Parts: sequence; C-alpha cells; structure tokens
Amino acid sequence: MTAGDSIPRQPGPPEPAPLLRAENLVKEFTVSGGGLLGRAGRFRAVDDVSLEVRKGETLALVGESGSGKSTTARLIARLIDATSGTIEFDGREVHALTGKALHAFRSEVQMVFQDPYSSLNPKHTVERIVTAPLAYQRRPIPGGARAFAAALLERVGLNPDHAARYPAQFSGGQAQRIGIARALAVSPKLIIADEAVSALDVSVQAQVINLLRRLQDEEGFSYLFIAHDLAVVRQIATRVAVMNGGRIVETGDRDTVFGSPQDPYTRKLLAAVPRIRPEWDAARRRNEQARREREEAEL
Amino acid sequence: MTDTLLQVRGLTVGFPNANGPNTVVNSLDFDLARGGALGIVGESGSGKSMTSLAIMGLLPKGAERTGSIAFDGTELTALPERAMRSYRGDRIAMIFQDPLSSLNPYYTVGTQIMEAYRSHRTGVTRRQARAVAIEAMERVHIGDAARRVDHYPHQFSGGMRQRVMIAMTLSMEPELIIADEPTTALDVTVQAQILDLLAEIRADTGAGLVLITHDLAVVSEVTDHIVVMRDGDLVEQGPAERIFTDPQAPYTRMLLDAVPRIDDEIGLLRTMHTEEGR
Amino acid sequence: MIRFVANRLLGMLVVLFLVCLFTFVIFFVLSPDPAVQICGKNCTPEAIDQIRANLGIDQPFWTQFWTFLTGLFAGRTYGTGPNAIDCAAPCLGYSFQSSQAVTDMIVQRLPVSATVAVGAAVLWLLAGVAGGLLSAVREGRFADRFIAGLTLTGMSIPNYVLALSLQFLLVVTLGWLPFPQAVAFSDDPVRWFQNFLMPWIVLAVGMAAVYTRLTRANVIETLQENYVRTARAKGLSPGLVWRRHALRPALTPIVTIFGMDFAGLLGGALITETVFGLNGIGKMAADSITKNDQPVIMGVTLLAAFLVVVGNMVVDLLYTAIDPRVRVGSSA
Repeated sequence: MTAGDSIPRQPGPPEPAPLLRAENLVKEFTVSGGGLLGRAGRFRAVDDVSLEVRKGETLALVGESGSGKSTTARLIARLIDATSGTIEFDGREVHALTGKALHAFRSEVQMVFQDPYSSLNPKHTVERIVTAPLAYQRRPIPGGARAFAAALLERVGLNPDHAARYPAQFSGGQAQRIGIARALAVSPKLIIADEAVSALDVSVQAQVINLLRRLQDEEGFSYLFIAHDLAVVRQIATRVAVMNGGRIVETGDRDTVFGSPQDPYTRKLLAAVPRIRPEWDAARRRNEQARREREEAEL
Repeated sequence: MTDTLLQVRGLTVGFPNANGPNTVVNSLDFDLARGGALGIVGESGSGKSMTSLAIMGLLPKGAERTGSIAFDGTELTALPERAMRSYRGDRIAMIFQDPLSSLNPYYTVGTQIMEAYRSHRTGVTRRQARAVAIEAMERVHIGDAARRVDHYPHQFSGGMRQRVMIAMTLSMEPELIIADEPTTALDVTVQAQILDLLAEIRADTGAGLVLITHDLAVVSEVTDHIVVMRDGDLVEQGPAERIFTDPQAPYTRMLLDAVPRIDDEIGLLRTMHTEEGR
Repeated sequence: MIRFVANRLLGMLVVLFLVCLFTFVIFFVLSPDPAVQICGKNCTPEAIDQIRANLGIDQPFWTQFWTFLTGLFAGRTYGTGPNAIDCAAPCLGYSFQSSQAVTDMIVQRLPVSATVAVGAAVLWLLAGVAGGLLSAVREGRFADRFIAGLTLTGMSIPNYVLALSLQFLLVVTLGWLPFPQAVAFSDDPVRWFQNFLMPWIVLAVGMAAVYTRLTRANVIETLQENYVRTARAKGLSPGLVWRRHALRPALTPIVTIFGMDFAGLLGGALITETVFGLNGIGKMAADSITKNDQPVIMGVTLLAAFLVVVGNMVVDLLYTAIDPRVRVGSSA
C-alpha cells in the first residue's frame, strides 16, 4: 500500500479541503468458476473512481443498475474494503482507521437505505432504534433516551409521542423518516443516502426530499446521494457524478451536467427520462393562478 | 362494432371478511375508445392493479367483483370461466411489472410464446407456432430471433425479457393490451425503449392500451386519456392534456406538484400539507 | 459441461478421502485393542504382539492409514506365511470374528438392503407426492387437514413402534401376512413380496409424511409465482397451467432430496431390518455393534458415506439436466 503519498497539488486559490476525497477506487469481486478446477473470474464493479464531497454539499451519484454506484457507496462507508485506491475523510485515511478512530468514523458517516422496513429492526421500539447508534458507541444519551428520541422524531417531522411504537406501525414514508432520525442521532458529517427515496410513492417522496433538504440547511452536513432517478437528483444535488459500467463518466455542477451534458452516456440518460411537457406545466401554472385569483375574488 | 372497446361501469372489487367488505376498487367508471390509450394513475394502494386483474378475471382468491365490464359489446362479468379464457391472452393480453418472475424459468421463451398461440388456435403445428414466435420476437426487435427463440428467460437482460413478454402478447394480435407497470422494474434508458416499442406496436396493430402506472410523466407521454385513482376511488378522469393543464381534484394537483421535474423549476416540492406533513 | 462433471468428480474424491481419514481416526483413537479381543482370555503378551503384527496395528497411524487406502484400491494381505489372509480390492477390512472380508459380507447382504430401499422409496415417493398434490389442491379444505393430521402422525411414530405394531396386527392378530421367512424371489414371488411388504411400509411412512409436506409447500408456493399468473393471463386451461407451470418447478426440489434420502437408505435400515429379521446391511451393522466387530462397523460407515456422496453427485448432475438455469449459463 502506498497510502499517504498523494500527487503533489498545485498551489491554487485557497479552496476548503473536501470532507471526503476518494481517489482511484477499484473494487473487484471474485466470480466463482465453480469447484476446485474452475478458474475464478474477476468482476470489476468499481473501476478507478475518484470523487470529492465538500462540506455542506450534496454529491449525487447517478447511474443505472449495475453501474457500481451502490458499491462505491459501500466502499466509502467502509462496509466493504476496496481492492485498491484511497479514501480520505476529514483529513484521515479511512482504510487505516482502527479502534477508537474507526468508531468515530462510523458515527460521522451514516447511511440511509432504500427499504426502510428491512433496515429497521422490527422487534425494537423507535426509541431504541434511534438511540442505538449512541448505544453502540457507548456514548451517553444527552438528556436521557426518552427526551432524546422525542426530539429526534420532532426534527424529522414525526409525532414525538410515537417513540414507543414499532416500525411496522408506521407507513413507508414515516419509516424512512425513522431511518433518517437514526442517522441524525450521532450528528454525522456525511450521510450516505442509497436510493433513500426510490421506494416511496411520489407524494411521500416529495416530503422526504424536502425533509432531507431542510435538515441539511439546518445542520450543514453533506450528502452522498445515490440514485437512479435523475429528476429526483436534480431537486437535491449540488454536484452530480454520472456512473456507467463502474466508471464515473462525467462530474460537474448540477446545472452544468443537466444543462449541457458532455458525455454521450449522460446525454442518453437525460434524453430517456420521461417528462411532462413544459408547456403543459406552464399552462397548469396559469390555470392555477387564475383559480387562486377567482377564489380570492369570491372571498 | 362499437367505437368503445372497453366500457367499465361501477366496477367494485372487495375482499369481504368479518370486518366488512374491504373495498379496494370503489365503483369505477371509464371508457377506452378502440385503438385508444388509457392511463390509470395512482400511488400504492390506489387499486389500480386490482382494476387490471378485475378486467382480466384474474382476481386473487376471496375477491368479489361487481359492476359491469363490457369488452367490444360483450359483458365479461357474465361470461363463464371457460368463455373468459378464450378472451384472455387472445383478444385481451396483459404485460406485468417484473419480466423475470413473470416468465417461467424452466421453459424457453419460444415455448412460452408458442403455448399461448397453440392453445387459442386449433390445428396449429409446432412448426407454424414456432414461426409465429420467431416473427413476434422479430417484431419486438430481438436480434437473431431464430436462435434466441430457444433460449431461457435467464439468458436475457431485463429489457429483453420485457420484449419477450410483449412478443408473447403480440403473437395473438390482441385488441386490448393491459400493461401493469411495464417499465417500473427497468432502467430509464430501457424504459424509453420499451415505451417506444409499445407505441410502435399500437400504431401497427391498432390495439387499445390500458397503461397502469404510478409515474405521471410516463402516462403524460403515452396515453391520451387519464384516470386518477386513490384508495380505490376514482379521483378524476379526462383527456391527458386537460388533466395535466387544468386538474380539478386537489389530489391530482398535489400529485402533479410533487413530481420532481427534469427540466422545470427547482424548489420546495409542494405536497399535500404545508411543510412536509406529519 | 464436461468441466462441471470433472469438477464434481474431483470434489467427490476429496470428500471421500476426508471421510476415510475421519472414520479411520475415530476407530483408531476410540476403539479398544482388537488384538486383545481376538486373543481371548488365556493370552500371552507374545501372542497379542503376534496378532497385532498380523493385523498391522503395531504400525504408526499414517502407515496403517496408507495400508488401508492401498487396500481399498489394490487389496492387501493380513499376516505372513501360510496363515496369511488375502483381502481382495476393494478391501474394506477383515472381520476376524466371522473370518470373512468385510467387502464380501457387504456384497452378500446388499441385495436385501437394496430391495428394502427401492421398494420403500417407490412407496414413499408415490404416496408423498400424491398426498402433497391433493393437499395443495384442497388447501384449507377437509382433505388438506386430514392429510396434515396423517403426516403429523406418520412423522411422530418411531420406526420400531410401527414395525412391531404392524407385525402384531397383520401377522399375529389378523393373520393377513405369513410370518416372515427367507425365500428367494425366483422360488416364491408372492411369499417374497409378503416378506418385504411390512419393511417397505414401515420405512415409507415417515418419509412419505415428509414428502407430503414438502410437495404441498412447494406446489402452494409455486402457484403464487408471477409466471403462473402469466400463464393464466395467456388463457391457458387450468390443466395446462398446473402441468406445465406449477408441477415442474414444484417437483424439482423433491428430486434433489429424494436422491439423498434414497442413497442414505441403501446403506441399510438398521432398526427395520433388525425388527423384521432381514439379513441386510443394517442388521449386520447392528450385530457388529453388539459384538464390537470393528472392521465391519467401519466398513458399513464408509459404505454409507460413499453412497451419500455418490447420491449427492447424481442429484447434482440430475439437477443440471432439469433446471435450465444451472444447465445453461447466463448470456444476458
């Protein structure tokens, strides 16, 4: 391993160091050839991926199934180890973290998953679920578990009196809020949202997107937002990285990527998104306006 | 021959039990013109999928169906099962959400395309049926169809499997295709291809389409008449342009506000409640 | 495909080698000195040493194991000179108690055990699959619940209880069957059949119950599959939906389990054979345990392991023939 020796950077304008910097990440999986004689194949799920997440921003990692976006997320959360490459989080080499430092990393980086129910223990109360990250870390719960859980639920827009309930008693959108509350419990610096709103109905999805944005405004943490839905990504991302076949084919500010995509794959992806005709939307806004004026006139 | 291919009146589906009738579709009315495309839109639990199964007569055990479903002037609800079977797959075909689990892993795609054809057309030889299957696969643009016809579902990609499903319906030249979330399990680029294919087939064959989906953007591109459902109830219906430009029901308005746009304003997505609701 | 078979064969050999080693270790470490037993009561230390040398058990472990392995493939000779005993390949050992090679003892008794196993297997497979199908078709109805009761009973009755009660009922009380007596099939087919009927039933009952449950669960699960819905949406007749789309996927796993169960049974049914006095491998094993005839116990253990490993392999190969997902790789 040549951890630590990075390419000398040009002295440029003072740019704040990114919260997370991944360089040349590679992850290979062994594809079993079967049995003793079979030759094991190697499948490169993540192929030379470099990315940065700055403080307080949302980097969206978009791609279709099999693009390697979820594997990249799991590498960064150190749920799996990379075949090669380095990940630096808040100035520390993630791969080298052990003991206390790894513990701290685990609370600074939190994940929110796609299926809220399967990522919440059905046998635990919400109070126990949202305070679990603190319990794992053997950290004291400020103000006691009850008050702490109630405050967390309040912040994610749930009824604080429901802390004694079980996950199954909540709707999908509410369960996802519990997942978000659990992530917030340890005041993370980075939240990795892996298709966190993909399984939700559109009206609920909109609520959760709004919630995610509001929490970021309030707390100033960063998101690594993994998604396949470009329209959702456009609503939430600061910057976008497009993945295809394990590689990042294009990175840039949201408006640049959506407005003038450079890579042919990005263009193809954008062109394929079904859309409601903008002129219909414009007409609807006019009609809406007229309706509102009518209603006000009647009052 | 009437101009209305499918006329649904007062369609109600329930799963009666000790607690009551448990209605999942509540007195639904809609018409589909011959060759038209109707979109049924709703979120989970809206009853849209049950509606499609009710038309096909494939409701799960314990379901009770009342109301009228007239297909090409024939009252389907009055048909005995055997007679209904001659409509199913032949004149009314259905495409499902998950193409992998909807195809039997033990048989080649050719066998699965052929068996529908052979059970509806008497006196068809295996060779003829095979030719029909290959032709159907060619029409859905599966390359090298003569060879691929002998492949198993797991040897196809997700998009190709959905093409196989469409080829299966196509071989019968149905007058009505019911597609229940046909692209939900697919990647966005593949979704675009499948939607194009459906449009192409409708243009070729003049088949009517009932598209069931949660995706408003998809129905806006594909269908000319839209039915909005919520919790089993009909919220509102009308021509696509009217629904999208001048929605009457508050629920439809909320739904349209909640859809993130790829090329419209960015801002707080409006939802049913002022902020993000409780 | 050839590569797959070669792979499986090699894997099988490795497993068999490990089974041999493991079995050998157990008998080497745990058993009392066979030389003492053979020598009898009035025995001098010199005589014991002599017997040990003849048996080869004065050698270190690895030498003994090597001799045993070569014996399997090339045969071996116990002792030297005029008293030497030849044990032809495949030599599983020599029983000094019955003065016979273990392989020969097994071969003599194999036909009886095989007859018991095949008959029972046919019975339980037919009864199990039929019961399971009926149960699945009538899910929740009377027939289903009745069969559920039967399977529960079948699974909870211990073999020996069933064997003894059947014998008492059919032979002693009702007199429907004659008392078992060894006859060859060619001499008296009816009598032969009557002899084996009870062991078949006894062995089949428990298995049939398991297979009924398995079949029922598989069929009900398969009927929930999306492709069954597709088949119905295509307008196929219920018969065709059942035959093509429900049965084949539902019964495939049964094949796997059947192969293993059958192979296990070929190695002898200890209790049943003993109760009915059938001179099969199971009874031989039971006898040799009481007599502490170690070479026989070890030989039977190895045979059982061998049969299970081979059965497993056959099932794997069968599976590739039945399930296209295993047979043809993905090219998506």
